[in-house]
Amino acid sequence: MIAQAGTAPAPNAFWRRALRHRSFVVGALLCLLVLGAALLSLVWTPWSAYEIDVASKLRPPSSAHWLGTDVLGRDIVSLLLVGARATILVGIIAVGIGLTCGVCLGLIAAAQRGWTEEVIMRFSDFTFAFPAVLSAIMLAAVIGPGMVTSITAIGIFQIPVFVRVTRGSAGAIWAREFILAARAAGKGRVRITIEHVLPNILSILIVQATIQFALAILAEAALSYLGLGTQPPQPSWGRMLNDAQTLLFQSPSLAVYPGAAIALAVLGLNLLGDGLRDLLDPRLARQR
Amino acid sequence: MMAADAPLLDVADLGIQLTTSRGPAKAVREVSFTLRRGETLGIVGESGCGKSITALALLGLLPDSADVSGSIRLDGRELVGLADADYCKLRGNRISMIFQEPMTALNPMHTIGHQVAEPLLRHTGCSATEAKRQAIALLDRVGLPDPARRYDAYPHQFSGGQRQRVTIAMALACSPDVLIADEPTTALDVTIQRQILDLIADLVAERGMAMILISHDLGVIAENVQRMIVMYGGTVVESGTTDAVFSRMGHPYTQGLFRARPRLGARRGTRLATIAGTVPELADLPAGCPFADRCTLVVDACRAALPSLSEIGAGHGVRCIRTDAALSRDPAGVIA
Ligand SMILES: Nc1ncnc2c1ncn2[C@@H]1O[C@H](COP(=O)(O)OP(=O)(O)OP(=O)(O)O)[C@@H](O)[C@H]1O
Ligand code: SF4
Ligand SMILES: [Mg+2]
Repeated sequence: MIAQAGTAPAPNAFWRRALRHRSFVVGALLCLLVLGAALLSLVWTPWSAYEIDVASKLRPPSSAHWLGTDVLGRDIVSLLLVGARATILVGIIAVGIGLTCGVCLGLIAAAQRGWTEEVIMRFSDFTFAFPAVLSAIMLAAVIGPGMVTSITAIGIFQIPVFVRVTRGSAGAIWAREFILAARAAGKGRVRITIEHVLPNILSILIVQATIQFALAILAEAALSYLGLGTQPPQPSWGRMLNDAQTLLFQSPSLAVYPGAAIALAVLGLNLLGDGLRDLLDPRLARQR
Repeated sequence: MMAADAPLLDVADLGIQLTTSRGPAKAVREVSFTLRRGETLGIVGESGCGKSITALALLGLLPDSADVSGSIRLDGRELVGLADADYCKLRGNRISMIFQEPMTALNPMHTIGHQVAEPLLRHTGCSATEAKRQAIALLDRVGLPDPARRYDAYPHQFSGGQRQRVTIAMALACSPDVLIADEPTTALDVTIQRQILDLIADLVAERGMAMILISHDLGVIAENVQRMIVMYGGTVVESGTTDAVFSRMGHPYTQGLFRARPRLGARRGTRLATIAGTVPELADLPAGCPFADRCTLVVDACRAALPSLSEIGAGHGVRCIRTDAALSRDPAGVIA
């Protein structure tokens, strides 16, 4: 291998590479679209998403209602915009809970081994055995259905996933020779975990987080659809699907719009994750 | 205070028991040696004879499942059983190590400058700019071209030889008392090997460090160290000054290793002598002499118990019950 004159990739070099990475760009645009919709809904919607106008229910798309109205006469575009808020909020908080707790536990398990690892992994297996829907039902029984219930249930469900991913990838890093070299240089477990293990698994975690975000969106939709999540009149994409269900044959487009919104958000997150994985690896930096 | 000639590192009766897939195995037994300040010691032996795990034991870096017995003293302080937090203060600071594979011994996510400056920051508590200045000086000393400009480059941007120079700079950052070099040139090509070994030798002499050089190559040992130990099957089979061992090889294994070394300028067609057989598996190391199954001088008594290390000259020990036969068979070897 011929050594080449190389310096660290500067921040703007990162962006130059990023802008040339197709799935990163498409993914980022889709995610920005959803984020933009949620932010826009805070200041402006074509109609009120809460106002019921039964007289103009189930209207087809028109210049007044671009995508028509639902069974209660609410404007679909407005519902989609406001619904994006619930989606993003639930996704961010739930993945945040799962990521923080899961990564910490996974890193501890990989660094300590022995009985600590055993306890953490058994705990995570135990948690994993509870589907989000089941914990949501149990939580709803205690604190009632709602956004807090779905966030907590989805967040708890995410923890074991992150524990496993972190434990697995961190374990592989611990077996690498540069960890032995770092230990030979006098670094303790905590320092090695922060300086050597975490940076090397960060790209895996980011990719996993985007996938989990996508799953959280689906789970939120499912819980809302089941009536355990976001409660009326608060709109969410899952609730819209729920409402569309009874009219599936009369006006299938009511289900298509929130369905497409969910699909686009999930697709965007997955593409973004793929792109980030490539962009965050300095070894791939010079190839693109 | 300690006497001036007290050994810096004193390893006595070191034993290492590892858990393998086939149950516990004594990977190292009855290994003893001393290292004085500024002295160089070579450890030579075939692959799998326990060189690396002996080195790792000195640094307290064996897997948790390993059981270490005997004693390792650094300046009189017992290291076996030392708490990990205390060991961390020694590693990289008083004892450091250069690894076999420069390709994998560097963290791919950090710049080389960071990796060299980091031990300085941690062990000496100097400022970041001072650490950077020292790291650049060090990278310059180990012969990395244009270190100031390439300070922020990542490991993948360097060749194998350059990376090994970086790991040497890392190991030397805090001027340790003992440098352990575990086959530092095995992964490099021959011309680079020479340069790296010369560099290590110069640095060791210049800084008055003690060095343990591990190699499977007798030639490397002959040229680079003052004293040597020959390991086989997890134990020391011969030890002494390099001159004494090369002028009078008392152990059949050392003799075999010497005959099996590749020679430059050997007549074409002459076959390389080899030692028949292979290194025994750890789990079924014989109770007696570990070399018994490959030794041409073997007698029944060899398999009865591990022969003890007997002196055949001043400080020259051989672990063989038939040293006399071995010596008469192979009169004075000549240094290649
Ligand atoms: N973590 C471990 N668990 C079980 N056995 C091990 C472990 N590490 C090493 N061994 C075994 O211990 C023996 C000695 O290994 P060691 O790495 O010290 O050999 P070596 O002399 O350094 O060889 P090489 O020249 O190939 O580096 C080998 O048989 C090896 O299989
Ligand atoms: S003790 Fe016996 S088997 Fe071992 S090296 Fe000596 S002669 Fe050979
Ligand atoms: Mg080795």
